[in-house]
Amino acid sequence: MLEVIIASSIKVVFVLAAVLTGCAYSTYLERKVVGHLQHRIGPSYAGPYGLLQPIADAVKLMFKEDVVPDKVERVTFALAPIISFAPALLTFAVIPFAKDDNVFGYDVKMVLSDLNIGILFVFAITSIGVYGIVLAGWSSGSKYSLMGGIRSSAQMISYEVSYGLSIIGVILIANTLSLRELVDQQASTSIWFFANWYVFKQPLGFLLYLTCAIAETNRLPFDLPEAESELVAGYHTEYSSMRFAMFFIGEYANMLAVSAVGATLFFGGWQGPFVNEVPFIGMFWFALKVFIFMFFYIWLRGTFPRFRYDQLMNFGWKVLLPLALFNTMVTGLIVVKGWF
Amino acid sequence: MNDMLKAVGNVFLKMPKGFVVTFKHLFKKPVTLDYPRKKKPMTPRYRGKHYLERYDDGTERCVCCGLCAAACPADAIYMEPEENEKGERRASLYEINLLRCIFCGFCEEACPEEAIFLGQEYEFSDDNRNSFIVDKDDMLVPHPRKDNPLKRIYRRVRKVYGVVDEH
Repeated sequence: MLEVIIASSIKVVFVLAAVLTGCAYSTYLERKVVGHLQHRIGPSYAGPYGLLQPIADAVKLMFKEDVVPDKVERVTFALAPIISFAPALLTFAVIPFAKDDNVFGYDVKMVLSDLNIGILFVFAITSIGVYGIVLAGWSSGSKYSLMGGIRSSAQMISYEVSYGLSIIGVILIANTLSLRELVDQQASTSIWFFANWYVFKQPLGFLLYLTCAIAETNRLPFDLPEAESELVAGYHTEYSSMRFAMFFIGEYANMLAVSAVGATLFFGGWQGPFVNEVPFIGMFWFALKVFIFMFFYIWLRGTFPRFRYDQLMNFGWKVLLPLALFNTMVTGLIVVKGWF
Repeated sequence: MNDMLKAVGNVFLKMPKGFVVTFKHLFKKPVTLDYPRKKKPMTPRYRGKHYLERYDDGTERCVCCGLCAAACPADAIYMEPEENEKGERRASLYEINLLRCIFCGFCEEACPEEAIFLGQEYEFSDDNRNSFIVDKDDMLVPHPRKDNPLKRIYRRVRKVYGVVDEH
């Protein structure tokens, strides 16, 4: 029993450290990549190539004054950043990050918690994050925050449906909700290591997932809740110091989470060449896939402008939802008829 | 249905074009400069902070004639004359108020002795108004010039042809 506790603690610390470092360096990656997309050089002062910039940012945010405006609902105001930050981290509890291995004589499952309804857990938890945003908007007592919060809730309701439906195809084919089994099913021993990835069986599902995931994480071009040009900073207008930092880290942790889930569902998670020979290399493949997702997000941000509100709604209800339903129907038909 | 087809068409036909455009720009040379660490060379005729020239033996070229002060439209130059040990006229006090100066270069044109030039330096901001009143010591070039003899010849050639010297 003690061994299990120790092993779990080590894994939790490891995953938490990896995710938080990942969040910090996602901000660096974003600033560098967007900078170069716009012919700028990005951060370059703190450390070589500005590599210590995230640490400098963290220190700065910690020492900033925590301003709480007069007319806020104090309890909710304090609670909102936590509600938006914690679920983003919780997602990583069920994501397998390497092949199970024997470490120092103990069999270690390379996943914090092998839930048999893993994917359901992920979708339930990520949906909680929006409450943080809505409550932040409502409790701030500011019109901009309120507008941001309301937009966020409307956007979530519209995109949550397609988001959920977009992965139904994968689940229908895989016949399981456990992320570990999903990854195992995408294994391939041949030289075509990517042959069994679900992205090839569910291309439409993947595109839908990608689009909805961006909307779910409030990233450009779906960042209406914090549209700078209209709403100052949206739901976190009134936040400062570490409370703001929690929203900020939460946003990046959410990006990492949807990237990790996308990599797990459609790109075989930690599967890749040589995973059977060197089990730890799975971690590298997984990190690489997440990195590619993150790069795509940032690239997208540097390419397309923000949607207008009516365009967002039209796109969500008139395009994504029918496509998601169509994808589910066709996949269901194929699975029932046994054509796979 | 129409909306849907249009959106799907956009995803496959138009969005990749946008991605390609931005991806190309990712590898272009940034137009911004890593400023305090890397500096752009100014043009040779740039009019920056003034400096006072010397003869090759080290005596000051300036004879304190006052033509530069007369030519100055901003009235930024003030000087007082004296005689040196050989009985030659020179400036005992030569001040330029850089806050008044508009860097027009008229002093340079007015100077009959080719003593005052506007150099390349442009980084002389300060938090104190008094430090903008520069005197002779701040502006005179150091006597044994630190540059190499080739550069001196080059400078002389350029002076003959009336091109502003680099500092």
